[in-house]
Amino acid sequence: MSANNSELVLYGGLGLLIISALLILVFALLRREFPYALREIPTFARLRRAIGLAIEDGSRVHFSIGRGGLIMPWSAAAFVGLATVRRVAELTSVSDRPSLVTSGDGALTVLSQDTLKASYTAAVAPERYDALMGRVTGLTPFSYAAGAIPVMRDENVSTNVLVGNFGIEIALMADAAERQDNFSVVASDNIPAQAVLFAAGSNPLIGEELYAVGAYVQAGAVHTASLRVQDILRWVLIIAIVVGALLKLAGIL
Amino acid sequence: MGAHHRHCGWRAIETGGYFVRTITTIFLAIIAIASGVVVLLGYFLPAIPFLVNLRVAFLNWAMILAAVAVFVGIFNLFSVHTQKLRNKNEAAYSVLLLVFLLGTFALGLLLGPTSPAMNVVFTSIQIPVETSLMALLAVSLLYATIRLLRWRANFMSITFIITALIIFLGTAPLPFIGPIPFFSDWLRPVIAQVPAAAGARGILLGVALGTLMTGLRILFGADRPYGGK
Repeated sequence: MSANNSELVLYGGLGLLIISALLILVFALLRREFPYALREIPTFARLRRAIGLAIEDGSRVHFSIGRGGLIMPWSAAAFVGLATVRRVAELTSVSDRPSLVTSGDGALTVLSQDTLKASYTAAVAPERYDALMGRVTGLTPFSYAAGAIPVMRDENVSTNVLVGNFGIEIALMADAAERQDNFSVVASDNIPAQAVLFAAGSNPLIGEELYAVGAYVQAGAVHTASLRVQDILRWVLIIAIVVGALLKLAGIL
Repeated sequence: MGAHHRHCGWRAIETGGYFVRTITTIFLAIIAIASGVVVLLGYFLPAIPFLVNLRVAFLNWAMILAAVAVFVGIFNLFSVHTQKLRNKNEAAYSVLLLVFLLGTFALGLLLGPTSPAMNVVFTSIQIPVETSLMALLAVSLLYATIRLLRWRANFMSITFIITALIIFLGTAPLPFIGPIPFFSDWLRPVIAQVPAAAGARGILLGVALGTLMTGLRILFGADRPYGGK
């Protein structure tokens, strides 16, 4: 790539970032004037029902937010998992058993503990916070899965939300959840993991559906606005790819 | 009168606590957002050496913190299983984990992480256990594929299973036959290089957009996993 091209990519990237940021701000501020109807994804309707049932029967909601470190490109999936924890843990704070978060990374565990604490504080139940409800179950892919499976079995869990960066080991966790007759939502940003989840998970989220979780669990106006911008940018990309292909075919590019 | 003064005192303490918490939350948010903006600008504006140096320094600090967090994670694992020892039904596995955790830690400290003894621990315990879990995964996936038809017997599931079968037939050489003609030299490469690669690229583009939006939400302070909101 020549120097001019790399500069073009950098400034293009910066431009995309600034435009996206402005669009998010505009849509978040004008959410009442221009409400955004989210398309129906059955998995989220089932998740809301499962959360309600967990509160009713006093069982636990288990979150697993994967192994994505904080300084890796795939940490975004873990942050989506944390945003989900933040919202759902607040909703389930009235349940007899507090929510539990497992992860495969030390830094993520610290953040999950902090997120749980913030959720209980927001729900005016700070005394319910227990630091050991945010746990590391293993630091390698399979030790992480092997450590998380007993949590699903032994800790009165009725709902599993496995959202984050996972490899194919997530199939073992999804299978364990099914064997326990637990409700489970499973999502990963990793393509091989998505392939195995299509078969192993009863409620898989495929592709960028993972990044829509925050908007669907009503984590805030910015989540809905960012999902809207994400949809717009996807259409822009699709149009750009099709136009580019046509121009290439015509010999113009 | 005294009770009234005590009540007012508690209220003042509560208000003070709330004030301190709010200030801490705002302070943390400012630090996190400023760090994010500096790292981002350092990446996009390489012509400004000050920003680039700051970005490199911040990333180095983050790496050190991530390494410390591994130790925190191990301590967390230790604490969880120490607590599990109180429950007799769950104690056996926790005892095993703690014994091996402490044993490996001591061995690493005494002999060093590159010593032959540590290599033996790694190659004779860690790798075989993880490999056997991988084998278990293959069986689990086979079962899941059969179960898939019961859960979602639709066009997508049937396409998924047929594609998986074709890729299996084209990839795994059969005993005495070897690679199956047509499947291994034509059909599998076509499926892998055209529809599968196109689909994977589409998903990757979606993931990239999702990552961008998540990053922006954190820069806005809408998602604050570091406490507070």
